Amino acid sequence: MSNSSDVTKPEKHKFMLFVSGMSVKSGHAIENLRIICDKYLAGNFELEIIDISRDTEQAVIHQIVAIPTLIKIGPAPRRIILGDLSDREKVLQILNLREQI
Amino acid sequence: MQKQTKSHSFIFPKTPSGIDGLDEITDGGFPKGRPTLVCGGAGCGKTLLSMQFLIKGITEYNEPGVFMSFEEPSDDLTLNVKSLGFDLEKLKADKKLVVDYVRVERSEIEEAGEYDLDGLFIRLGHAIDSIKATRVVLDTIESLFAGLDNQAILRAELRRLFHWLKTKGVTAIITGERGEATLTRQGLEEYVSDCVIVLDHRVIEQVSTRRMRIVKYRGSTHGTNEYPFLIDEDGISVLPITSLKLNNEVSSDVIPTGVPGLDNMFQGGGFYRGSNILVSGTAGTAKTTVGCYFANKQCENNERVIYFAFEESPQQLVRNMKSIGVDLGKYIKKGNLQIHSSRPSLNGLELHLLTLRKFIKDFKPTTIVIDPISNLINVGSEQEVRSMLVRLIDMLKANNITALFTSLNKQTDNFRPDLAEESVSSLVDTWITVRDMEGIGERNRGIFIVKARGMGHSNQVREFVITNKGIELLDIELGPQGILTGSARKSHLFKKTISDIKLQNEISRKDREIERKRKVLQANIEALRNEFESAEEELSILKATEELQEKLNPKKK
Repeated sequence: MSNSSDVTKPEKHKFMLFVSGMSVKSGHAIENLRIICDKYLAGNFELEIIDISRDTEQAVIHQIVAIPTLIKIGPAPRRIILGDLSDREKVLQILNLREQI
Repeated sequence: MQKQTKSHSFIFPKTPSGIDGLDEITDGGFPKGRPTLVCGGAGCGKTLLSMQFLIKGITEYNEPGVFMSFEEPSDDLTLNVKSLGFDLEKLKADKKLVVDYVRVERSEIEEAGEYDLDGLFIRLGHAIDSIKATRVVLDTIESLFAGLDNQAILRAELRRLFHWLKTKGVTAIITGERGEATLTRQGLEEYVSDCVIVLDHRVIEQVSTRRMRIVKYRGSTHGTNEYPFLIDEDGISVLPITSLKLNNEVSSDVIPTGVPGLDNMFQGGGFYRGSNILVSGTAGTAKTTVGCYFANKQCENNERVIYFAFEESPQQLVRNMKSIGVDLGKYIKKGNLQIHSSRPSLNGLELHLLTLRKFIKDFKPTTIVIDPISNLINVGSEQEVRSMLVRLIDMLKANNITALFTSLNKQTDNFRPDLAEESVSSLVDTWITVRDMEGIGERNRGIFIVKARGMGHSNQVREFVITNKGIELLDIELGPQGILTGSARKSHLFKKTISDIKLQNEISRKDREIERKRKVLQANIEALRNEFESAEEELSILKATEELQEKLNPKKK
């Protein structure tokens, strides 16, 4: 099931976050991602949260093994991050994000 | 096979593996509802074994299965096993099989924070539920270790996974690469501890042999040896196990040897059906000919025969036998006879045995000829050969197949058998030796029976000759120094003929002499009679004269 995004602007980031039901780690991941997005992307992003316990097909299509998994679809390059995104420094580095003014 | 002595009625629940011979070793298959670890080096057949487990499960036991591949994409798998006659696409379409390719590419993945493998669990669970699978294969789950960094998480999750599989009640095979010191590179045996099977592919003296061993099997007895196995167009088959029992059915049927004259050397008039016959001899003593004669005779009697030739091609064998008046070709056409030729070095011993077994299974012969068995000995060590022969002979006995082996001896002067014979001789029931008998500048062939279990037999060494009409056993020719062969026999016969003629001449000469004597006697009788007659005549003349005188002067008185 996709809970979809907030705001629309050009050059926006697109994310897919795969979670599993109500697991603790999934909750953390959603929370952490929201913080990051709000802080660094200022609404210029699109986030799709997929609960694979309900939408299993998506897990197969996107080769999901670990939960939670974040896939950054755009802008290129495509990146895949496993984990609850608690290591914020690393996440920012991977996503190539800087604090926006 | 190790048979469990069941003092109680409980039988450990097992899932038939669908792999030829493996169920015999494991006494029924893999532990039902539990994971089994199959490990081994690269290219030893892990994937194939697990695939066969799934496919046979579907086709033979109607148990749907899930194949989770971490190494090969689904399409590749389909293609790979197609060559073995498995059609994955059809099974997938029938909703009997799910193949899920899990790709974990390290270069694309970063890790930030805690995670678990719920994705894997959910995918697997979904696959299992969608077709109600009872068989699951994870091939090779260790690939995850290469793709993911956090070993601690991974290990904990794997433990959870195997536990979860157990609660799901599926019979699972987990494959793993062989490690340096441990059974698997990542120590999976720690987690999967119900049943561990190690596959091995080794090359000894340039001949490769695949083997498998059951390292452990909780809750069940199992064969503990290393069992060779074969991968061929029908998948994996494990070697039949040495049966320790010697209680197969025996037959008192006697079948002819095919060699005229040889039958008479056995009191029963031939070999027992289902017995093993060894024909040993040095090079060029007509072992193959004896073998072919035997095969030919059996075909004539409408038996089914397989001839394994390790020295000649079928065509060559047929041609050569034609030269001595044995036409094997017609039986091949008729379907009674199969000739299989291969070089002994083509395979390891075990593979040969498996090949034999396959042919025997397919063709169901009543008789086989292996020519020569000693060639196989070049392939393995004495011990291996022996163990292979024991298995072979056990298998033949169990199927009540009469088998004739030929064995090439080294040319030695002493009478003791060499290695080839030694390894076989105690196993065979009947042992015939063909020998060169050399002397006075010529070589003759002799045949004699070393032993014949359960049957009286001749002790004589019979000479035999091979002409373009075939083998012929000659009658015993006794000379002053014993049995005569070859030219000695000829000269003996010649001498005999000469003396016969001499005797004949003598007799007729005596006859003539008697005749002459009779004639002399007759002549003498004639002369005496004449003499007598003349005397008589004289007497009668005298008498007449006297009468005449009395008549003339009767009145004188």
